[in-house]
Order: sequence, then structure tokens, then C-alpha cells
Amino acid sequence: MMLIPENEVLKQELKGVAERYDNKRSALMPMLQMVQSRHSRISEFAMQVIADMLDIHPVEVHGVVSFYSFLNSEPKGRFIIRLCRTISCSMQNKDRVARQLENDLGIEFGQTTGDGKFTLEWTNCLGHCDEGPALLVNDKIHVKLTPEKVHDILEECRSTFGLHAAQKKEGGNH
Amino acid sequence: MKSSHEGSVTFKSAEADFGLTSALGKSRSDIIAEISKSNLKGRGGAGFPTAVKWNLAAAAKGERKYVVCNADEGEPGTFKDKVILADCADLVFEGMTIAARAIGASHGILYLRGEYAYLRRSLEDVLARRRDRKLLGKAIGGKGDFDFDIEIVMGSGAYVCGEETALIESLEGNRGEPRNRPPFPVDTGYMGYPTVVNNVETLAWVAMIMGKGADWFKKTGTEKSAGSKLFSVSGDCERPGVYEFPLGVSIAELLKEVGAEDAKAVQVGGASGVCLPASQFGRKLAYEDVATGGSIIVFGPNRDILEVAANFLEFFVEESCGQCTPCRIGNYKLLETVDMLRKGCCSMNYLKEIRGLCESMQLASKCGLGQSSPNAFLSIIDNFKDEVMGR
Repeated sequence: MMLIPENEVLKQELKGVAERYDNKRSALMPMLQMVQSRHSRISEFAMQVIADMLDIHPVEVHGVVSFYSFLNSEPKGRFIIRLCRTISCSMQNKDRVARQLENDLGIEFGQTTGDGKFTLEWTNCLGHCDEGPALLVNDKIHVKLTPEKVHDILEECRSTFGLHAAQKKEGGNH
Repeated sequence: MKSSHEGSVTFKSAEADFGLTSALGKSRSDIIAEISKSNLKGRGGAGFPTAVKWNLAAAAKGERKYVVCNADEGEPGTFKDKVILADCADLVFEGMTIAARAIGASHGILYLRGEYAYLRRSLEDVLARRRDRKLLGKAIGGKGDFDFDIEIVMGSGAYVCGEETALIESLEGNRGEPRNRPPFPVDTGYMGYPTVVNNVETLAWVAMIMGKGADWFKKTGTEKSAGSKLFSVSGDCERPGVYEFPLGVSIAELLKEVGAEDAKAVQVGGASGVCLPASQFGRKLAYEDVATGGSIIVFGPNRDILEVAANFLEFFVEESCGQCTPCRIGNYKLLETVDMLRKGCCSMNYLKEIRGLCESMQLASKCGLGQSSPNAFLSIIDNFKDEVMGR
């Protein structure tokens, strides 16, 4: 097997997406989303590569990354847990779920675990208001949460962590 | 009255592609005439007449045109579009194809919010099946002049992208900052081409109306608000979920159906809507009375209404794109005022000044976010004076 530097792999992957949009700027969101989902972040290197491919200033790319809450340049965990804090979930005891998440992970909201596995964040309405509290683990939705269920969700993540897990596409339960 | 907390009764009973077949047998202007006759208004919240939008886009000149389905369902308390996309995606794509035929569009885009990424794979499968069945692609229905296909583009967690010009900015690879209007998307939309942006539910109704006729649609609802509508019901009630009701249904009737007759307040229209006390439960959910995109959040007798106000304003502070000052600073000041009320250190004079600020926000904000974000705050301080003052 030939070893290819990670940066070269990234470039190849991005090229494919850009070409689907004729290398126009409308490729930007799909390109950023691809990098985000594969690497849990969009590094400055990736932003520069994207800017070069689309022939725009890297600051333009940075401006877009900083605007959207699901895109980030700083490193985050392999599993980004986003707990809904909007009104209906809030009224369904999301605070107790939040506390249990903090207890089990040993971090606070906005932080990433030392091993780089988990990031804990708040998010706004996930559209599961009738079955809250709800949270997303990357793309996967979990509903009707209780403090007790938190452990199972985290264990499910831990059991799929690793090289294969990183390549596995997350599927939803809906 | 149709009632189920598991989505639309009407959509689930739809015959496959009945609407599209009927539309393909009609001229473009006859399709729009039928939608116009039905009085269908946008189901996303703004309530703009669908046929008017289509007519403008059909008349606009452009070497290509776009149909965009707005599936950026981010309004707090709204989840009916998610249910429609999960259960009846074909109907939505059918509606988009009808819209494309009507305005002469060749390209369709479904803008799906990042939070619903798990729906993407099944939606792509539905699109692939439709391509196999020649319901998308070249010469649809044997019409040599009708090529149309749909792609899915994802959002990345920004409420403001539900505003149609912000959505278009996002599609073009920009920050989701709303544009000045005019020009409107119907003549200067995606990449400068004429673009129709319709809500998920609106497009599903389009397919139903083409299949069953405008008269069938108008049999339900009121004179000014034709048809039924899906409502997303959550909060303090026994049976939360997605319900279908005829427009014009009273809040009290709805509450009875969902098991929330003891409610002390109802938030209609999500964070950007209004908070109504029990004394107003006789009001009707319709464009001419309490208009809504369908979000109904019920508050039981023990809820602290200021906690609710604070939650909504935290939402707006977070989701304001920051482009215009009334919205960026205004929401922050409103949140600060709610905190003062909660601590019991807000004078009546100060509250009056803040009311002036609310009016400025409603008038001077660039888009619907800032124009409507004071609604919940104002309705709470007006309708719940007893609870809010004198803490």
C-alpha cells in the first residue's frame, strides 16, 4: 500500500466536490461540510486549500466557517454532542440530562475531553420538541433523554471509536 | 376534524403523482391559475400567496430558473416539515416539480437544515427512485421542453438561513446574512436567476391541490385562510406531536385535542410568535387572526412566563446574524430587561423605554428575525402583567 500524506488525500477529496459545482463558490458549503464531518474541524490549511480551489480569498472562507455553528476551525472531539436548550426541551428537564453528561464526561459545556473523543455543546431547537429532551451526536439524533440514558449513548460512541468508526458514516435512527 | 398526533392525514392518503400527472396535462398558466384559485398561502409562517410568487417568477426573465424548497425548519417548536420529509417526501418533490413546470425552472434545490442530516440518505433514495421512474431528469412526462432535477444542499446550523434571502446566500457559499429586498428572489434569486423559495408543507399542498382541485382544498378552512395546516404541538400537553387542523380552528379546540385544557398560556408561531393567555384561547389560528407557521408551545399552570421569555431571547441573541444594529443590540437589551424583571429591579419607566426599542426593532431591522423577535417579549409583558411586575 502506498502511503499518501493526509493533506494530499484532503485535496483529492475536495477537488471532487469542487468539480461537481464547476469550481464555483456554491461548492463552498458542501466542501466545508465534507472536511468538517471527516476531520471534526476545518483547519487553516484546509481553508487555504479550499480558497485556492475556488479562487477566493481565504478570509472569505474563514468568514463562512465562523458564521455557522456546525462548522469550526479549532479542534473538537470525534463525537460532538449537542444538547438542545430551546424552550420545549428546556421544559422537559434538559438540565438534568446536561448535568449527567458533564458528570459522565468530566467536562463542562463548551469543552472537549482530554482524549479528544467528546465535545459537549448546547444547540438551539433540533426539531424534536414533542419528544425532548433531544441531542445530536454528530448526525445522529437521540430523543426522550433521561439522565440514565446518557451512559448508554456515551458507551455506544466509545464502542465505535477507532479507525473504522472514523470512516463509518453515521446513520440516524429515524 | 382530522386529528392525529402522527402527522398529516391528508398527505398520507395522497395518490402517488396524481398531482404531477394532472399538472403535466395543463398549460403553465393554467397550473398557476389553479393554485391561485385555491388561495394557497405559504405554510412556512409568512403566509405569502403562493400563486403570486409563482406568477412573478414565471414572468421574470432569466436564462435559467430555480425552485428551492426551504427545509431549514428552525423555528423553536416546529417539527412538522421533518415529519413530512420523513413520511411523504415524494409529495414534496412532486410539488417542486409542479412549481418548476409552472415557472419554467430547470433546477431544484432542497435546502435541508444541518440538524436533519440523518434524513438526507432516505431523501436521496427517493430522488433516485423518481429519476428511475422518469419523474425527474430529461423530458419529464414526455414533455420535450421540460427538464428538471433536484439536488439536496445542507445547512450548517443557522436559524437565520430560514429567511429566504439568507438561505440563498448560504447556497451561494456565503455567510447566511439576509439581503436587502427588493430585489426579491423571484427576479434576482440564486446566482441572480429568478428563484421561487417555498416551504416544505406548501409544496406538499401544491401537489395535493393539483391532484384534487382548488375546490376540494377550499372546502376546509376559512374564506381568507383556505385549507388545512399542520401544527407542531409541544410543551405541557398530554399528546404532543404533529396535528392537521383546518385553518380557523380555535386555540381552545386545539388544546382540547392535544390534552392541554389546563394551559395558562400558549406560544403561537414559535420564538418569533406571540404568547397568548387563556382569555384569548377563543382566537382562531388563521392568517386573519393569529397567523402561524404551525408552532404551538403549551405552558401549564406552573410555568414561570419570564423563564420562557428569557429562553426565547437567549435564542435570538445567539441566532441574530449581527448584520444590522437593531437586531444585534436590541435582542441583547431585551434579554437584559427580562433578567431585570426576574430580579425585580425593572422600573415601569425603563420598561416603557424598552417598548420604544421594540418598535425600533420591528421597524428598522433588516429581516424577519429582528422584526419579529420582540413579539414574544411584548406579548408577555402585555398579557402577563400581573405575573411579570412587582417581583
